[in-house]
Amino acid sequence: MTATRDFASRRLHSLLGVIPLGVFLFQHLTVNYLATRGPDVFNKAANFISNLPYLYVLEWLIIYIPLLFHGIYGVYIAFQAKNNVTRYGFFRNVMFMLQRVSGIIALIFLAWHIWQTRVQVMFGQTVNYDMMHNILSNPGWMTFYIIGVIAVIFHFSNGLWSFCVSFGITVTPRSQQALTYVTLIVFLALTYIGMRALFAFV
Amino acid sequence: MSEKMVTLIITRQDSPESSPYQEEFKVPYRPGMNVISALMEIRRNPVNAKGEKTTPVQWEMSCLEEVCGACSMVINGKAMQSCTALVDKLEQPIRLEPMSTFPVVRDLIVDRSRMFDAMKRIKAWIPIDGTYDLGPGPRMPERQRQWAYELSKCMTCGVCLEACPNVNDRSDFIGPFAISLVRLYNTHPTGAMHKEERLQALMGEGGIEDCGNSQNCVQACPKGIPLTTSIASMNRATTIQMFKDFFGSDKL
Repeated sequence: MTATRDFASRRLHSLLGVIPLGVFLFQHLTVNYLATRGPDVFNKAANFISNLPYLYVLEWLIIYIPLLFHGIYGVYIAFQAKNNVTRYGFFRNVMFMLQRVSGIIALIFLAWHIWQTRVQVMFGQTVNYDMMHNILSNPGWMTFYIIGVIAVIFHFSNGLWSFCVSFGITVTPRSQQALTYVTLIVFLALTYIGMRALFAFV
Repeated sequence: MSEKMVTLIITRQDSPESSPYQEEFKVPYRPGMNVISALMEIRRNPVNAKGEKTTPVQWEMSCLEEVCGACSMVINGKAMQSCTALVDKLEQPIRLEPMSTFPVVRDLIVDRSRMFDAMKRIKAWIPIDGTYDLGPGPRMPERQRQWAYELSKCMTCGVCLEACPNVNDRSDFIGPFAISLVRLYNTHPTGAMHKEERLQALMGEGGIEDCGNSQNCVQACPKGIPLTTSIASMNRATTIQMFKDFFGSDKL
């Protein structure tokens, strides 16, 4: 029954991108946005999260396991495609390609981001305003973070579109068109939040 | 003698195993000519642009009015039917290539049997045979018939597979047309009696899940079939089927 498993894993891949990963992304950006209200407010929020009960269970269940599945299976999907944007330069085809490119960038960015922050906690550091300030004061890291954050947000926003199509929520061309605009607004709003948060650390 | 000429650059291949090469041809222009009449001109006088005698270019054709799908090829980078590709509307030199998604048989002839295999997999037919006369089937509302007619215009030409970035040698995706055919046969009142079987075939390997929503197919389809609407509609149907299969439900 590998056949049905194929179907189920692809649907699961799409679902995990929205729940829990998309929800977590929104929550993560919101907490980071608190940095715009000063280091103390951010530190308080970061401290609250670091001291949540059964944190490991939450992290693995909501973030790492879904992320690993989505990421590894996503690489497989990305390399299955033979992009033909030069021959068929339609909007959706460009989005199709960007979804795969942004996914790969997001995977590299997240691997490094988790190493640079969460894994360092195990080596005795604490995630706080100063840690992010030190990283983002370096223009190289700042650029890397800007590209990474935009890639993640694009991947989520456009992924929300294909999630609705893949599950058969938006069937008519009109509803799919409307969803394109909705996901564009999601992209712009989250990018604003993400960028303000990044620049609040420097 | 200032005869107007049409220049064609054709990607040729002598056998399925040999490697492709390009050959240029110049044929006399005639008003209203299409790519097929240009190819017929080459067949009549198989001499390339350098004046060398060569083998006539091979291609497939049948209806010559864009209903059979046999003469599909890549013309100036886009897959379409060569019968409705008018020379006057094409940029010159006209570049002809076989559709790259399919194995080449010779020159512009490709083997589209993966489409036939896909149709067999999704049971693209209405079963009406019995051991006795089953009598007339249920009636189809006229409004529904008119709607289904649009989907039935599919001529298995292969253009949607050629345009799709997910149909390639790395995947065994059955292609957009097959998904739309499931929608067509599942709409038919008699065909609907086997709709679960078709949906389960779509949920199999190389099925609907290999669609990446690039939506090239709907743009490329020469018959204007709403392929992406069909795909989204079948996405919904397979989602419901998935829940039915897993949680269980009366097989009504």
